[in-house]
Parts: sequence; structure tokens; C-alpha cells
Amino acid sequence: MLSFIVRRLAVAIPTLLILVVLSFILMYAAPGGPFNSERPLPPEVLANIEAKYGLDQPFWKQIVNYVVSVVTQFDFGPSFQYKDRTVNDVIAQGFPVTLTYGFWSFVVAVTIGVSLGVAAAIKQNTWIDYFAVGVSIGAQVLPNFVMAPILLLVFTLWLGWLPGGGWNGGQWQFLIMPVIALSTSYMASIARITRSSMLEVLNTNFIRTAQAKGLPMRRVIWRHAMKPTILPVLSYLGPAFVGMITGSVIIDVFFSTGGIGQFFVNSAFNRDYSVIMGITILVGTLTILFNLVVDILYAWIDPKIRY
Amino acid sequence: MTLRTKLLATTSAVLIATTGALYADGHATHPDTGETLASDQSFTYRVGDESPSIDPGLVEDVDGADVVRDLFEGLYNQDAAGNLIPGVALSHTVSDDGLVYTFTLRDTAKWSNGDPVTAGDFVYAWQRAASPELASPYSWYIDLMSIENGADVIAGDMPTSELGVTAIDDTTLEVRLTQPLPYFAQMVTHGTTFPVHQATIEEHGSDWVLPENMVSNGAYVLTEFVPQERLVRERNPMYWDNENTILDKVTKLVITDENVALTRYLAGELDWTDVPAGQFPRLSAEFPDQAVSVPQACSYYYMFNLRDGAPEELQDPNVRKALSLAVDRDIIVNNVLAGGQKAAYTFTHWATAGFETPNIPMADMTQADRNAMAQELLAEAGYGSDNPLSIDLVYNTNESHKSVAIAISQMWKQTLGVETTLANQEWQTFLEARSNGDFDVARGGWCADYNEASTFLDLMDSGSGYNDSKYNNPEVDALLAAAKTADNPQANYDRVEEFIAQDTPIIPIYHYAAVDMFADNLEGWPTENFEQNWYSKDLYKIAE
Repeated sequence: MLSFIVRRLAVAIPTLLILVVLSFILMYAAPGGPFNSERPLPPEVLANIEAKYGLDQPFWKQIVNYVVSVVTQFDFGPSFQYKDRTVNDVIAQGFPVTLTYGFWSFVVAVTIGVSLGVAAAIKQNTWIDYFAVGVSIGAQVLPNFVMAPILLLVFTLWLGWLPGGGWNGGQWQFLIMPVIALSTSYMASIARITRSSMLEVLNTNFIRTAQAKGLPMRRVIWRHAMKPTILPVLSYLGPAFVGMITGSVIIDVFFSTGGIGQFFVNSAFNRDYSVIMGITILVGTLTILFNLVVDILYAWIDPKIRY
Repeated sequence: MTLRTKLLATTSAVLIATTGALYADGHATHPDTGETLASDQSFTYRVGDESPSIDPGLVEDVDGADVVRDLFEGLYNQDAAGNLIPGVALSHTVSDDGLVYTFTLRDTAKWSNGDPVTAGDFVYAWQRAASPELASPYSWYIDLMSIENGADVIAGDMPTSELGVTAIDDTTLEVRLTQPLPYFAQMVTHGTTFPVHQATIEEHGSDWVLPENMVSNGAYVLTEFVPQERLVRERNPMYWDNENTILDKVTKLVITDENVALTRYLAGELDWTDVPAGQFPRLSAEFPDQAVSVPQACSYYYMFNLRDGAPEELQDPNVRKALSLAVDRDIIVNNVLAGGQKAAYTFTHWATAGFETPNIPMADMTQADRNAMAQELLAEAGYGSDNPLSIDLVYNTNESHKSVAIAISQMWKQTLGVETTLANQEWQTFLEARSNGDFDVARGGWCADYNEASTFLDLMDSGSGYNDSKYNNPEVDALLAAAKTADNPQANYDRVEEFIAQDTPIIPIYHYAAVDMFADNLEGWPTENFEQNWYSKDLYKIAE
């Protein structure tokens, strides 16, 4: 197991390097640049700015300098767009916000999704099943960019119960709508995967054996059926978790949370090279990390899997 | 501390305390109008995106400039009508040759840490704004002000100490220009010219703009700043005119989606927000006291590509004129936009100070006559149903630009049988295509840098970096050059507008209007200020 983890981490480094170089090339290939605007800057002003941000150097040197400063000093450079901030500032401010509402969305999606899925499978073809399937289909067809304005309309404008957006240091009132909007479609997917997985497991021989030896149903479900049921759910949860904690532009746009998703998209539009790179590396690292975590959990849950 | 300063300090402390109490009890009245003031004097407004910077030396966008005008104070401020009123400077004198400006500063101006604001602070700020080390995207403004050695300092060919600005003593600032500039005094209301606190910047570097570090001299101080979420500023007790400042707290919220912002406005969370395109008629019917449309200093136009190698058919002025005539501007402003915009037949915005809209023949015709003339011109040029004209029209991705483009392509189709291919491009791609001349017809929008017609018409100069059509008419260049030193440049501007109507390098389509929702109880908004320069210190809320 340990050698597996070491091997995976060793592969992660070249993967990230390739990601960095590819992103860098793609970014520079896009038309425009961070200091293009409707009013082109006078050449001497542009020269000052390019010198300040190192854009006057040859392309290969920019990549090398970038990688070196990231690796040796963990310095992602200054933001080209937000001139008072560095990329580290931007991430330090935006990521905790996204992490907070992403984490709670994950908790909500998993708790409700798994419960609904299990309930539906155990009570297959009863009203409970129909209800659970109905809810998850409903949640699936309401993507967050539809959900968000509906929530705003109902809870902010009509009822006046919740603030229409903002973050305010992460007070609970400001968390509710982002969490609902972000978690619903994940919740629906989790419910559907859990249900079909559980149905499959319930029809296997070892469950029949467990039932035959007279174990109570509750025990059969929790002791025997749950673990194999959760495996396919787990492979979905890894990427889903990364997706949630690295931000949703939709959530950031509709609820003005100041999260990382908004910065990511804006940086692409503004050609804010350093912020694009910083967030790409962050998301890439997290994706690699959580895929590894999922693989480790696999081995822990399923005795058949050995690395 | 001498007895005198001690007395002064005590008196001002008492004054601050009493005025504070006066406003807090809810029965205070406005010193000039006598209106009863609300007990809650906080103002919350929406912007669409985070500003690149709130450092006066670096600020480059309108929303950032709004914040800078609250946190810092320059030599002069503007009143509700846009006239100059004293800021840190009480007055100025100009030398006979118009090249030396001497400003007298008030000795009561203070930084938020209690330090006096001196002429030296301005010298430091201006040198800093021009310095290659700061590399400000707005450093060209120093050059635009024609300050002696400005261009050389920006280019790094001279040390910043050579910039033509000197502190004669703490309250006397001398500025030397390279050419007389009639509107120089107007230019010092811009954030780039505001003072900054040298000791703070040297201590904290670029982190000096954080709330815990910033020292500023405006009516407000920065108390909270979460980029992409909120920026809060509260009264500055050290401000020389604090006793006449009424709003206690100003909050800027970043809300990207204008419909979300409107929902939050209607839920009472905001005091000011923009009206999304097309919603003005409904909102002004429903909330007549809150929906406001005022002229905004920008013009919307389509430009033709007049470069060598651009499509041959568009090089014929008659074809271009026919296309301009066939655009029914009234439908665009009344039906497509419906927010108080005005049909444009001149490039210069109709509300620009000192500008009289000249008589452009097209403006007085009926649309039927214009269409008839357009058909005639196009037929003469050799295009018709057997040989239809086809054009590519490109605009940057935006719902409102799309609606306008669709409407205009329909007008061209119906009146002239022109086939238009519409293409939208992401902003940076669009800018690159436009400046490289990679288009037939492209959308343009231009906003005034200052309130005078040349801010628009200079785009028609063949040497202008913003002349993306590459319109080149030596007569226009000469008229514009002569206007710079003319006592009354209106005649020149008339001629340039006539040339634009005749040669049609661009199609002026409409003049912008700012369409906003303002809370019922918010007063003091400078709707008469064409540049929309507002100061929180002049706003207040009345009791309902």
C-alpha cells in the first residue's frame, strides 16, 4: 500500500508539470493579452508594465522562471489584473470560501443522496421508491443556474428570509442558498447511483445467504450490503468532491460569494495569466490528491482490491 | 503639544462627538435643505466586477475611481453639476503664458493618521504615478496633462525628480506644463492626481491598500475589503469637512449578474443598482420615483474597415452612407433598448459640455426619405437585387449588442437587400480582430475621458491609436489640430461632424444613457454631472 502511494505521488509530479506547460502554451495561444484594452496603452507605458511582469522575456524563459518560483518559493506571482494583489492573496481569499460552501454541499449531497438511494432500493416499487426517484429526477433536471435564481426569488424577494448573496465571513444565513443550489444535482446523482448499486447488491447470493440465516434486515443492510453498494458511489464522489470545493462559477456569480470559481473564469476573460495558472495548478493538485484518496478508500472498503 | 493645538484638538473632538450624536438620534436635519435625515446613514450599491486597483496611482476603471474619490481627496472636487469646488486646494493661479499653475492648499487637510496633507504628498504621488517602477496603466494621464518632462519620466529617460511638479512650501504646489491647457484644472479631479501617504507605501509596499494598513485623506477610510465580494468605507474623523459629511458607511458589493442585483435591490438590500437592458419601461412604470435615466458620456457606433485590402465595396463612401441612412435609430432606442438613450447622427454625445449638435441633414429627414435616399445611393454604386451586397458584422459577446446587431441587419436586409453575417467574439479576441483590421463592420463604443467634444472627435484623427477604422482625412486632422488652441473650437467640431456624416467612416447609432434604480430615500445624487463623478460625502438619506 505504501509503495502504491509513493508511486502515485511520483507520477503526480510529471503530470502536474505537463499540466503547467500545456496550460501556459494554451493561454499564450489565445488572442489578446492581459494588458490589451479598448484603449491601447502608449508603447512606453506598455513596455513598463511588461517589464514589471516579466512579459518582455522570451517565452521559454517565462515558463522556466514561473516553474522555478512556484517550486522553490511557492510563489505564484502577482495578479496581472488585480494590481494590488498576488495570486497567493487571491487564492488565500477565495479558496476558503469555496471550500466552506463546497464542503457543506458535499455533506448535504452525500447524506441525503445516500439515504434516498438506500431507502428507494430497500422499498423498491413502493411509494417511498417513487418519491425518492421523483425527487432525484426533479433535482437532476433543475441545474444550479435554474435553481439559484428560483431560490433568490423565493427566499430573498418573496419571503425575505435570507440575504440574496454575499459572504460576510461565512455566516450561516449566507451559506444556505449556495449549499442548496450546489448540492441538489450532486445529491440526485448520488441517490440514483446508490439505488441501482444497492438493488444489484441485494440480489446477490451473499445477501440471500445472510437473509437465509435469519439476520434482521437492518443488520443485513448495514453489515453486508452497505460496503459493496458504496463502491460505485465512491468513484463518483472523488471528482464530485473536487468539483464542489474548487468552485462553481454559477454559485459565485449568483450569490456573489467571492469564491475561487469567479476568479477562475474572470482570469480567463482578462487573460490574467498568473491567476489562471495558479488556480489551474490548485485544481489539478486537488484532483490528483482526491483520486488517490478514493483509490485508498477502495482498498480499505473492498478486500478484493489490493495494490 | 502646545496649548493652542491642544485646544484645537479638544474642540474638534467635541465637535465630532456632537455631530455624531446629532445624526444618530434620527431627528437631525440636512444643514442646507432642512430635510429630516434618516437615523441609518448607510449606503449600499452594486458593481458588476472587482476593480483592478484602488490605489490612486494605479486606478483605471470607473468603479475603482468612485472608491478612490471617497478614500482620497485631490486638489479639486466636483459639485453636483460637475463644476470645480475646493478639495485639498483652496484656489490656484495661472501664469500669463498659461504654463505654470500654482495651487494654494488648505492647512487643515489631514491624513487619517493625523499627519497634515502637504504639497510634498502631491509631488510624491505624481512622481510615483509616472514612474516606470509602478508601471501604472494610467501613467499616460500624467503625459496627457502636459506636465513638463512627463513623457520622458514615463519612458524612463529621466528620473522622476525631473517631473514638472514642485512643493514650494507645505501649502503651495507648483505645476509646470509644456503647453497651455485650458482644461488643466478640470483634470486634477481624476484619481491619478490624488495624494498618497509616502511613509505608509514605503512601509507596506503593495499591501498598503489593505484596510489595516491604508492611510488616506478622503471623507472616508477603508474598513473592509474582500475582493470580488465587498468593500466597506466609513467616515474619516480626521477629514477636514467631516462635520458636513452625512453618510456614515458606504458598502460596495460585487454582484456580477445584473438581474440578481435587481432582485436584491427589490428585496431592499441595495440602494443603487443598474437597470438590466430592456427593463426600464416596466420598472419606471412600477417605480416611477426610483427608476432614473440620465445621459451617459458614451457613444455607440459601427465602424467600417477602411484599410487597404479591406472589402472593396465598403471603400465607396456612398455605400457606407447608404448603410448609415438605412439604420432606423428610433427603433433601436425606443424598441430595442428602451432606456432613455437618444438616436445619434453625430459622434459627439449631445450632452457634452459646450457642444452644440450641428445640423446634419440626415437627422432632419424622415426614415422613409432616408430609406429612399439609401436605395438610390446603393443603386448608383451598382448594388441591387441582382448584385446584392454582403457584409460581415462583428460585435463582442453581449445580449444587448446582439439585439442591436440583429435589428440593424434586418433593416439593411429589408431596405437595401444587404446580406449580413453576424459574428460575436469574446472581448479580447474582438479587440485584437478590431485593432488588426480583421473585420468589415465592427461595433464600437466610446466613453468620454473628459467633458469636451475632442474626447470623441480625436478618434477621427488619422494618427489616433483608437482610430480602428483607419479613417484618414487630412482636412479632419487639420481641423482637430486647430481646435486644440482655438478660442472657440465649436466651428471646427461642426465641420468634423459634417465630414463624418459625408464620408461615413462610422455609423453613429445612439448616445448612451445611464439607467439606474435609486432607493426612495437617497438624496444628493449628482444626476446633472455628465461624467457621473459622485462623492459619498454629498449623499444622504432622508427619514421616510
